[in-house]
Amino acid sequence: MRQGGRPAGATRRRVLAVGALGGIVAALAPRLAVAKPEDVAAAIKKLYGDKKAADGKVKLEMPQIAENGNVVPVTVSVESAMTDADYVKAVHLFAEGNPIPAVATFYFTPLCGKAVCSTRIRMAATQNIVAVAETSKGELYTGKTEVKVTIGGCGG
Amino acid sequence: MATPTPRVRVQAKAKKGEVVEIKTLISHDMEMGTRKDADGKTIPRKIIKQFVCTFNGKDVFKSDWQPGISANPYMAFFAKVNESGTFEFAWHDDDGSVYKASSKIEVA
Repeated sequence: MRQGGRPAGATRRRVLAVGALGGIVAALAPRLAVAKPEDVAAAIKKLYGDKKAADGKVKLEMPQIAENGNVVPVTVSVESAMTDADYVKAVHLFAEGNPIPAVATFYFTPLCGKAVCSTRIRMAATQNIVAVAETSKGELYTGKTEVKVTIGGCGG
Repeated sequence: MATPTPRVRVQAKAKKGEVVEIKTLISHDMEMGTRKDADGKTIPRKIIKQFVCTFNGKDVFKSDWQPGISANPYMAFFAKVNESGTFEFAWHDDDGSVYKASSKIEVA
């Protein structure tokens, strides 16, 4: 059986390694009940109802590939004059594939001068990061970026 | 775990109306509440849930954090300064403790 199932060129060691890896993944799977993109959409709907967020104005700067899912740097920037009359009030950050999709909310004021901030987040797996920005006039903007994660950072 | 130590970096002097960058860091495990210890028991959640920055008593920047924020949270943002004064920073822990730091800036 073992002989027959083995792909050409695969050494015994490699086959064992793949088996072990599969075991780890299987052990982790039940604990990591991850969110789905729909959960993020639902969370945004809960905040702002049926109001549609326009694409653009929100930029997410993140690495394309994050080797360590425990510490992924992110910079959120929103185009805005940041005057008393028109400024970015809040930016919500979501991770579509994390056990808890909400990651953080940033509240800006006109005193910030510009709507830019940086932090570091945990990511369970390769997924999209979504940001929704709300201006003082009530407009909504959204931005999205995909990050490939080599080793997840939400594991039990 | 040792008491979290906040660290803040803001330039000491600025011109009137300048937008300065503020970088903050605090040592904290940000225990997410899903991890298990060696006995298989869940380690209870203990994170910093809110970060607040004020300048001369006025709100500048605030942030609510979930367990998705990395351990030893780093937070950088900007502030426009029109007068000399003091930035006050406060990190609010799940257990009710508040960790504080402040930084003075001179505006010419």
